[in-house]
Amino acid sequence: MRTNFGKVLSGTHNFSGSEACAEGALSAGCGFLAAYPIVPSLEILERFSMRFSDFGAVYIQMEDEISTLAAVLGAAWTGRKAMTVTSGPGFSLMMEHVGLGIMLETPCVIVDVGRFGPSEGIPGKPGQGDVMQMRWGSHGDYEVIVLSPNSPQEMFDLTIRAFNLSEQYRTPVMVMTDETVAHMREEVTIPLVEDIEIIQRRYYKGPKDKYLPFKRDENLVPEMVDIGEGYRFHVTGLTHNEKGYPIIDAETQEANVHAIVNKIRLNSDKIVEFEEDNIENADVVVVSYGITSRDVSEAVQRVRGEGVRVGTLRLITVWPFPEKRITQLAEKIKAFVVPEINYGQICFEVERCARGKAETLSVFHDRSDDNGVSNIIDTIKRALQGSV
Amino acid sequence: MSNVRKPYDLSEIKIPRGEIHLIKDRCKGCGFCVEYCPNNVLEVSDEFSEKGYHPPVVANPERCLNCGLCEIVCPEFAIWSTLKEEVEASIEG
Amino acid sequence: MAMAEKGKVEEKHPMEQLLRMDRMPHIWCPGCGIGISVTAFVSALKKLEFDLNKMCVVSGIGCTGRVAGYIKLDSFHTTHGRAIPFATGIKMANPDLKVVVFSGDGDLVSIGGNHFIHAARRNIDITVILVNNFIYAMTGGQVAPTTPETAYTTTSPFGNFETPANIPQLAEAAGAVYVARWTALHVRRLEKSIVEAINKPGFSLVEIVAPCSMYYSRINRLGAGIDMMRFYHENSIIKHDEPTENLAVGYQKQIIVGKFIDRERPGFIESNRRWSAEAKG
Repeated sequence: MRTNFGKVLSGTHNFSGSEACAEGALSAGCGFLAAYPIVPSLEILERFSMRFSDFGAVYIQMEDEISTLAAVLGAAWTGRKAMTVTSGPGFSLMMEHVGLGIMLETPCVIVDVGRFGPSEGIPGKPGQGDVMQMRWGSHGDYEVIVLSPNSPQEMFDLTIRAFNLSEQYRTPVMVMTDETVAHMREEVTIPLVEDIEIIQRRYYKGPKDKYLPFKRDENLVPEMVDIGEGYRFHVTGLTHNEKGYPIIDAETQEANVHAIVNKIRLNSDKIVEFEEDNIENADVVVVSYGITSRDVSEAVQRVRGEGVRVGTLRLITVWPFPEKRITQLAEKIKAFVVPEINYGQICFEVERCARGKAETLSVFHDRSDDNGVSNIIDTIKRALQGSV
Repeated sequence: MSNVRKPYDLSEIKIPRGEIHLIKDRCKGCGFCVEYCPNNVLEVSDEFSEKGYHPPVVANPERCLNCGLCEIVCPEFAIWSTLKEEVEASIEG
Repeated sequence: MAMAEKGKVEEKHPMEQLLRMDRMPHIWCPGCGIGISVTAFVSALKKLEFDLNKMCVVSGIGCTGRVAGYIKLDSFHTTHGRAIPFATGIKMANPDLKVVVFSGDGDLVSIGGNHFIHAARRNIDITVILVNNFIYAMTGGQVAPTTPETAYTTTSPFGNFETPANIPQLAEAAGAVYVARWTALHVRRLEKSIVEAINKPGFSLVEIVAPCSMYYSRINRLGAGIDMMRFYHENSIIKHDEPTENLAVGYQKQIIVGKFIDRERPGFIESNRRWSAEAKG
């Protein structure tokens, strides 16, 4: 296939979410993508596999999803920005390397195009059942950053932000999207190259023999070096000290995990992003993320016509979760309504942060037909009547 | 010795003499160096190291030819040889 | 160090430059063959005409998985079985690097078996040094896919009944371009093979049959590490170019060692570049 799109496609396009994601990655400077084919994430791979050589990037289709993330982590240590793309079943296979990525504090991006589960589920339908797996899927204690786009434009923008955050905090960052956002086609505006904000990892520049792979700055983020530059460093998935050497004792375990957790927790105000609408004077706030937020917009518009005071809060970063904001809102409103394409995951997080000050109502939102929207409307009304 | 032909280049042949270096406290007493030293330079000692192993002892230092086999066969990086001198070869030796 | 305290000059092992001496003594048991595999490797490194700053070592999990932590190069101790895909990522992202995977039989052939096959099939330019001690030693001696038939392990208390993997045959079938096997006793030949393997473009494999003096040896009453070395001495036979189908290892049977495969096949990166150039014109 002869294709030459040139480099960053500044301008306005009619892109699918998948195309926008691949373009976002390349615009962010992604130099390595390893993946294994899985519905419904294929269009991202296909786009990338056509375009990568124009950017001097590397694309490899590995033998499974376990190896894709392993390869991504290896590639990230050569100085390339690296990414993998998958869906639920593949994401389940990646869990051990999510843990390794966290432990080696390796910047990389994982795009998970959500589909119905459990197991094979329905490959071609959107699902949001991976929210908690994103947060807790790998064993042990850690924190993650997860972004949730709701449009092709955001697929572009948030893929870039995901790379920026991963480089800034030296950690894997996930883009949690779904089948519908990945496949829908909308106008996507790609800025001029100079207008795209790119954050690069911080490099260590001191004497070669003094490099400590896990020595932290005031934000708890360690500096990196690339393989092959003579630093002769060692890193391990075992509990390790600043030098990267495995140490088996409680103090090292504590220092190691504290740092991994706190570099996200203590910086969460800088990371958390959400979008609010009509939140002032609202009696009910609908909390949603990803594709569900679009049905929320429609539902809210309809009930507002009936004079109901309802606001919306859309999570752009699902993790870290905007705990403080939910707690604040709970003081002022009657109830939260949380529609999700799952049997209730983020609703528990909302309920936790509401601290009993406001009710939390979960809506199972399967988007199968217009019932999806009317379910949200019904729940908003139920919340107002207080007949929880 | 009259039966032995004297090689024409005998004067050019140098025989290396090695010196064994041993860091006893690294030794775990596996005995590989003692077993595989081709010139039987080493023996297992009766001495105990700090960790309670029997390290080797250089029993026949004059026989070491600095071949380096002890260095590569030692799993603990505890023993090696260096070149001490080179001596003239002689057929009597 | 004790020596220094006694007023003598502190002596340095000639390999110290390439080892992380601040981590010694290493964790391997007395009489274990992994240390010898490391000395052979380090000895080989010294013979390479190659900037060692451009080389990195990737290990998986297990006794041999700890090798990466002792070699003073850029080194990665990764997850169980995934050293090869991690190394593949490194090599693909920066083809100027030399990448060596140093790990064990359970890591590379059992849990990482699929990665082993596909890296060999793609002919990724990495060198795999596989220490085969016939058992899962780090976890205390469980049966491995390499455990010879009838051998005892803690999870085959009545003797192993599974057919063990013939690693050189697997590597050849998958497409490796260089395959050699030595025991821990054949240090000089092993060193030479490691040099050849690293210099060989493409997927190269050096299998090292090594004594597990703590678990395999004890549960099977084979004596100490030195006794296993003596066994290798008496029972290994060098047969270069032996068809790999004959290389299965039986319990306390003859071990065939040598260089079995040395062939040319286009590498992954080379094919990729050539193909893209042709396709894109």
